[in-house]
Amino acid sequence: MSERYESHDVDVLVIGAGGAGLRAAIEASAQGARVGVVCKSLLGKAHTVMAEGGVAAALAHVDPSDSWKVHFKDTMLGGKMLNNWRMAQLHAQEAPDRVRELERWGAVFDRTRDGRILQRNFGGHSSPRLAHVGDRTGLEMIRTLQDFGVHQGLEVYMECTVTKLLKQDSRVVGAFAYWRETGRFVLFRAKSVVLATGGIGKAYTITSNSWEYTGDGHALALGAGAELIDMEFVQFHPTGMVWPPGVQGLLVTEAVRGEGGLLRNATGERFMERYDPKRMELSTRDMVARAIYTEVKEGRGSPHGGAFLDISHKPPEMVKKKLPSMYHQFMEFANIDITKSPMEVGPTVHYIMGGVRVDADTGAATVPGLFAAGEASGGMHGANRLGGNSLSDLLVFGRRAGAGSAAYAAKAPGHGVVDPAQVAAAERELLEPFERASGPDPYSIHRRLQQSMHSLVGIFRTEQDLMKGIEEIVKLQAEANAVRVEGSRAFNPGWHLAHDLRNMLTISEAIARCALQRRESRGAHARLDYPNLNPELGDVNSVATLDGEAVRVSQSPLPRMPDELRALFATEPAGVQS
Amino acid sequence: MPEAVLHVYRGDASGGGLKEYRVPLEEGMVVLDAIHHIQGHQAPDLAVRWNCKAAKCGSCSAEVNGKPKLLCKTRMDALPPGQPVVVQPLKAFPIVKDLVTDVQWNYEVNKRIPPFTPKPNAEWRWKQEDVDRVQEFRKCIECFLCQDVCHVLRSHGRTDAFAGPRFLVRVAGLEMHPMDALNRTKFLKEDAGIGLCNITKCCTEVCPEDITITDNAIIPLKERVVDDHYDPVRMLVRLVTGKKKGE
Ligand SMILES: Cc1cc2nc3c(=O)[nH]c(=O)nc-3n(C[C@H](O)[C@H](O)[C@H](O)COP(=O)(O)OP(=O)(O)OC[C@H]3O[C@@H](n4cnc5c(N)ncnc54)[C@H](O)[C@@H]3O)c2cc1C
Ligand code: SF4
Ligand code: SF4
Ligand code: FES
Repeated sequence: MSERYESHDVDVLVIGAGGAGLRAAIEASAQGARVGVVCKSLLGKAHTVMAEGGVAAALAHVDPSDSWKVHFKDTMLGGKMLNNWRMAQLHAQEAPDRVRELERWGAVFDRTRDGRILQRNFGGHSSPRLAHVGDRTGLEMIRTLQDFGVHQGLEVYMECTVTKLLKQDSRVVGAFAYWRETGRFVLFRAKSVVLATGGIGKAYTITSNSWEYTGDGHALALGAGAELIDMEFVQFHPTGMVWPPGVQGLLVTEAVRGEGGLLRNATGERFMERYDPKRMELSTRDMVARAIYTEVKEGRGSPHGGAFLDISHKPPEMVKKKLPSMYHQFMEFANIDITKSPMEVGPTVHYIMGGVRVDADTGAATVPGLFAAGEASGGMHGANRLGGNSLSDLLVFGRRAGAGSAAYAAKAPGHGVVDPAQVAAAERELLEPFERASGPDPYSIHRRLQQSMHSLVGIFRTEQDLMKGIEEIVKLQAEANAVRVEGSRAFNPGWHLAHDLRNMLTISEAIARCALQRRESRGAHARLDYPNLNPELGDVNSVATLDGEAVRVSQSPLPRMPDELRALFATEPAGVQS
Repeated sequence: MPEAVLHVYRGDASGGGLKEYRVPLEEGMVVLDAIHHIQGHQAPDLAVRWNCKAAKCGSCSAEVNGKPKLLCKTRMDALPPGQPVVVQPLKAFPIVKDLVTDVQWNYEVNKRIPPFTPKPNAEWRWKQEDVDRVQEFRKCIECFLCQDVCHVLRSHGRTDAFAGPRFLVRVAGLEMHPMDALNRTKFLKEDAGIGLCNITKCCTEVCPEDITITDNAIIPLKERVVDDHYDPVRMLVRLVTGKKKGE
């Protein structure tokens, strides 16, 4: 069977070339594994390139009293204690070394006056903690990893989309993919596979995410029999652009507030006073997003339905130096000079906390041979992620998944056997849309899914809406199975979307079903019909698996934090601790 | 609703031509929005690259009315009204399909650049002023618009002998890094072909990141090459001490 296709044998196959994928690949390669990296876009264009504000690490350069314990505590409190404590601990402990290592590989962070890496404030972090390069930290990070990685002998397969994981019995042994340029198929045989595919934002209308964010890794994992956890926790970033229409949802970095930006409503009131008087603009994202949404809903919104975010009281030179891309973004897209007038901002879908259930130390998923890291994995951020904690997550757990997958590959008896029936099924699924004489087009189904997710599985949820949302998703799934694609297999975005759409629908169903199951409000998951935190639900993760084509959800107990860590929270109010 | 008329290149290596599309014009619309509208409603297989839609990733490079541009940063209302907007693929690279070109060559060049090599036992402290220039070079989003416009590549097709402005910028970022110990003048002269650049500054003009490619990166590198080439003693001093010009 495999003779019919171009095929490649590697020890470790990393799917995704963002921060998590590249860091995993570099580590696996350093451990002696032969590594292949596959990505949908060109190298260096993954979502990580867009990250703006910074990477969180308790370097204690600006606030000498900062430590991993404080970072750990901030992360757990921000996640409403639903985080996997071990991940949060490893993350806080190892992030400083990972940032310093990046510097050794050539990254050039902004400096403190005494010449060390500078750190800035961000929501939910109790000290200035984010190492940064103006507001283009992600670019610095991905370029450093990319340039370091290409000299480590990684084999990079770019503009290549994986559509199925291949299994031998219970073990993952490879992946099936197509080249975007030609539409030709390609088989990868691997002793272990790392999913580092990022997020799901394209299932929603208003999002800061690119076309790549279609939940591929989440869906690939489900298809291979792995578990996802906590999929109901979708982060709405409070500040996306709201105008003009073409850039709706585009991110306005939290660094604007970190550098002193103020939020006001149409009456000029600093409304955060009523929602979180202590932290104000630097409250956690879930709180600020809901506050803005509520202000608009209650008639105190800006002309284009957002809130005003103002940094014009700061010296113009400082704004241009610390927030250059925001300055240009507003100047060029909205004709607004942010050193002179306020921006209009509103919530935008940004990040998914939920993802593949992994072992904290190795990144191993619940299926042998499968690993995950970065936004595609779950547990680290609990019910709400703090800004800056993703870039650090990518480095810490990218490295760990790289080591875990290389160790697994080294022990594996060899390459597994690829089952021709699985390959044939994967191929059929991709080709069928060309063969249909009629059928809906993928773009229109996509638009309807986005609208349903936004209005029914959005920032505030109710049982009634969620049920309706699930009904709608199931209906769209049937339509997507009958979709028709025009044109040839050569670089055909309509065809690419037809497949991505299946992943988005599966993931949307997982999000909606998990949201329905969690009858409380916690972090990013807000239920109007269950507006309070339910302490009992603070001890459970939501679990999603695939049964045929249907998503099944259940709950499982949260790993219990050891007492010495628990003691760190002794002074917090009881509701938070649960 | 007002309408925009676009003439978009459709075709591949075997040939093609401009095709006319009409899309409703929205306030603040950029050319990429118009292309997406065409994809979503008229031509589902229209090939275009994009990711961030915010001028941060350098994926959506193409030529608008004959000029190298980021499609996501080019506003429709900044183009001459009443005239069709002509959108074509980058000219310096082989076409794949429609607006997508084969930019693989750039990745091959990048691999040949001698990597960042930190000085041993150095203290990792430096002043912000010492890296302002390096940070300017590191803003590069690899859109390859400068490669597209540079006549050495565009008109003379010298991909065999010239690395192009993008990679001279990258080398400048390494050479001027306060912690880097390597000397890349031999690479610049022999492999990157820096001598082929005749300082026309076209690359600087198109850079969406406003990197002063010619004055800040290329000219100082040319000086280093000349210094090392004609002053072997200086070259030797640098090799022994690891010090660079101006340090
Ligand atoms: C605008 C913006 C600003 C942000 N700012 C910050 C910040 O300041 N600090 C912070 O900590 N976080 C920030 N984040 C979040 C953070 O950037 C992301 O969560 C993080 O970069 C995700 O990295 P990743 O490695 O998991 O995935 P990505 O970088 O998204 O990479 C995913 C990779 O997987 C590949 N892929 C996906 N599906 C497939 C498939 N089927 N086959 C093959 N390849 C596939 C893609 O091509 C890509 O290479 C920001 C996010 C956005 C959108
Ligand atoms: S200045 Fe040099 S590199 Fe830039 S466009 Fe002119 S010849 Fe090319
Ligand atoms: S130097 Fe400027 S024009 Fe050239 S690739 Fe980089 S960002 Fe683009
Ligand atoms: S889409 Fe990223 S630069 Fe245009």
